[in-house]
Amino acid sequence: MPAVSMTVNGKPVRGDVESRTLLVQFLRETLRLTGTHVGCDTSQCGACVVHVDGVAVKSCSMLAVQADGAEVLTIEGVATGDTLHPMQEAFRQNHGLQCGYCTPGMIMTALDIVRRKGHELDDHTIREELEGNLCRCTGYHNIVKSIAAGARAMASGDPARQAAE
Amino acid sequence: MYEFTYHRASGLRQATNLLTKFEDAKPIAGGQSLLPMMKFRLASPSNLVDLNKIEGLNGIELTSRALIIGAMARHAEVHTSPLVQQGIPALAALAGLIGDPAVRHRGTIGGSLANNDPTADYPAAALALGATIVTTKRKIAADEFFAGLFETVLEPDELITKVSFPLAKRAAYQKFRNPASRYAIVGVFVAKRPSEVRVAVTGAGSSGAFRLTAFEEALKSRFHPKSLEGLTVPAEGLASDIHASAEYRAHLIGVMARRAVAAANG
Repeated sequence: MPAVSMTVNGKPVRGDVESRTLLVQFLRETLRLTGTHVGCDTSQCGACVVHVDGVAVKSCSMLAVQADGAEVLTIEGVATGDTLHPMQEAFRQNHGLQCGYCTPGMIMTALDIVRRKGHELDDHTIREELEGNLCRCTGYHNIVKSIAAGARAMASGDPARQAAE
Repeated sequence: MYEFTYHRASGLRQATNLLTKFEDAKPIAGGQSLLPMMKFRLASPSNLVDLNKIEGLNGIELTSRALIIGAMARHAEVHTSPLVQQGIPALAALAGLIGDPAVRHRGTIGGSLANNDPTADYPAAALALGATIVTTKRKIAADEFFAGLFETVLEPDELITKVSFPLAKRAAYQKFRNPASRYAIVGVFVAKRPSEVRVAVTGAGSSGAFRLTAFEEALKSRFHPKSLEGLTVPAEGLASDIHASAEYRAHLIGVMARRAVAAANG
């Protein structure tokens, strides 16, 4: 079995995987990082979005062996200790989730949107950018609100106040 | 997904050697079509040759005559590249319409052309711009490259290295998307080149992207949406499925072509 090593949430990890092991399976089943979800398994729903070498990818559509040597960031790696990341806090404050299944993928996608589009995001941009993330509870309204608030909070570095606005 | 053996190629020669050595081996680029197809067991290669670690395959170069894009350039790179935006802005815009942001971070132009999905966007651009597909063996004109549904003239051990797009005077792509999958139900790419006008259609053909010579002729004397008024496309030979009938697609081709010409004239 091929051996893979990569950095996940800042920590070096190693593991033996089958060639066909998907990155999301390696994260969830080998590393027990179950915050990354599997929704559709066909790269449509976005529940499995993680960052690989700084960009958002669907971890169900990448082999674990292809992430060898990569820097991977999952939802478990975004908070600082017990303090939520401003984007997580914004989802909490704006009721950006109901069942929570899509939330890790939504937040990882949201961070990627901020990286590419900056901190002032209009609703149309956010909705277009979310085309690869499905939510079956909220109708997206509060997710869009959360991402706009989270993006602004990331700019100010004051998560609680900004996100609650 | 069935089991397979994974090979990470460090160079083009090693990659083509591996593809020659193993029968039923397939190259994997971005994997955004191949991996889902393997999960559905529509593809089951015994060996996968990964091209992602081969250096020098993702460059983008702009000369006075052409835009040259490396086969492993990701859709996100083509979409945001200042060189593509300067050389052929319609191509940069097209790349931003493929899949979703996460898919665009992985998917590649070479992989898309080699896969030749009948609803893919790049084949229409390659045909309309008169692109040349450069491989490890030869240079292939786009007109000769596509060979039916998910088929090209590429040999099993032949890899695309880059794609050269001659600069057009004007070009635009208009895509009527399936609202759920975002694939093209009909996509029309028009290009006004120094010597000719080309119109290529994707999403609608039952055997892949194709050129619309009647529209090309009509636009030759005057590159304006009005030149297409009254022209219709026969429904025969067009795809018909739960999303759109062949007749509807035929109608959409006319609409999208007129919009594309208008957009190209800006």
